[in-house]
Amino acid sequence: MSLNKLFFMDYVNTFIKSVFIENMIFAYFLGMCSYLAISKTVKSAVGLGVAVIFVLAVSVPVCYMLENYVLKAGALAWLSPGFATVDLSFLSFIMYIATIASITQLVEMVVEKYAPALYQTLGIFLPLIAVNCSILGGALFMQEREYATLGEATVFGFGSGVGWFLAIVALSAIREKIRYSNIPAPLRGLGITFIITGLMAIAFMSFMGIVI
Amino acid sequence: MNYKSEVMSTGTVTTPVKTKAPGEGLFSAKNRKLIYDPLNDNNPITVQVLGICSALAVTVKMKPSIVMAISVVVVCAFSNLIISIIRNSIPNRIRIIVQLTVVAGMVIIVDQFLKAFVFDVSKQLSVFVGLIITNCIIMGRLEAYAMSNKPWPSFLDGIGNGLGYGLILIIVSIVRELFGSGELMGTRIIPESVYKMGYFNNSLVIMPPMALIVVGVIIWIQRSRNRKLIESK
Repeated sequence: MSLNKLFFMDYVNTFIKSVFIENMIFAYFLGMCSYLAISKTVKSAVGLGVAVIFVLAVSVPVCYMLENYVLKAGALAWLSPGFATVDLSFLSFIMYIATIASITQLVEMVVEKYAPALYQTLGIFLPLIAVNCSILGGALFMQEREYATLGEATVFGFGSGVGWFLAIVALSAIREKIRYSNIPAPLRGLGITFIITGLMAIAFMSFMGIVI
Repeated sequence: MNYKSEVMSTGTVTTPVKTKAPGEGLFSAKNRKLIYDPLNDNNPITVQVLGICSALAVTVKMKPSIVMAISVVVVCAFSNLIISIIRNSIPNRIRIIVQLTVVAGMVIIVDQFLKAFVFDVSKQLSVFVGLIITNCIIMGRLEAYAMSNKPWPSFLDGIGNGLGYGLILIIVSIVRELFGSGELMGTRIIPESVYKMGYFNNSLVIMPPMALIVVGVIIWIQRSRNRKLIESK
């Protein structure tokens, strides 16, 4: 019972850590380009955020399996003992990006078939996700941190997506409000958005003190 | 060694372009503009809003920023060149995957090169070398320029945009390293006597959020000097 509970707590910890403490936007600045470009209205921000959660939650576990059963040094040993010394880790970038690009393509086709309404809302953003750095970043952090189980990697991917979602929705809400304020002309648009994001990131820094 | 031979072999590919367009010099005014323009009027970071992710995360110290800037110039220039050479044979539907494969190949070469020659910097940059693949500058320039232009101008466009990116990267890292740790390139700039008078390093500048604010201020300064970049309300 206690072991089971401990196991569960691991997942919760990883989730909270990836949403707040190691937030993709505020701690690592991943996915900044689409974050700044598509945060003009709350509606489109929610659409992109949901798509990012989905792709991250699917692609991180797939990359995890790829890493542990194909790419890592000695990972191919399950195929035959002769492969125990093969190390394909230099191929990880190209494998990950191919995985992510094809998953994005797959997600696009599935959403188009089964949820045309959602597809209409996400439309242009879906293919954009393939080049969103937070997805590849998620896969690379998963590789760097060496998560113990597939479950933990999945929770990490999902949590990172939720963190990204929260960040973009918050920024878009602020930007909708700030349209009515009197900002110095050269700072209008991009400049003030950078500074707002910086201030939001300072606020998020308060989570850094939390040790889990 | 592999890296060098790659550069040389792609270098030889560019030469036929010179013979193809005899009317136009290699560094004509139009071609020079391709390099100068992204430095100010069309800067990838402050105007086109591309490639911000890595620009912010690696700028705590000057050395990794310079390495990062050079890596991006190399990857951007050569992937532009390669895509521009094969642009007519890429099927339109799968062009993103083709582009990503070429870019990922270039990034692997750069990554292996950094690991072999400047291992400590490569450790500091951690995942951000890999993230050059999804750096929007590179994809953006491939889509916007290399897919519809000849190899040599595309190559110059890649160099120009890489330099524009590097310029902002280096300015941000100078501000952050100078005020954050009082050093530049690891050598002390602010003398000990100043510290004795009660000066402190600003540790907030080292934190990630300040990078955003520094870039915001750079945009502010640039746009107040270059009024045509101001966004309409």
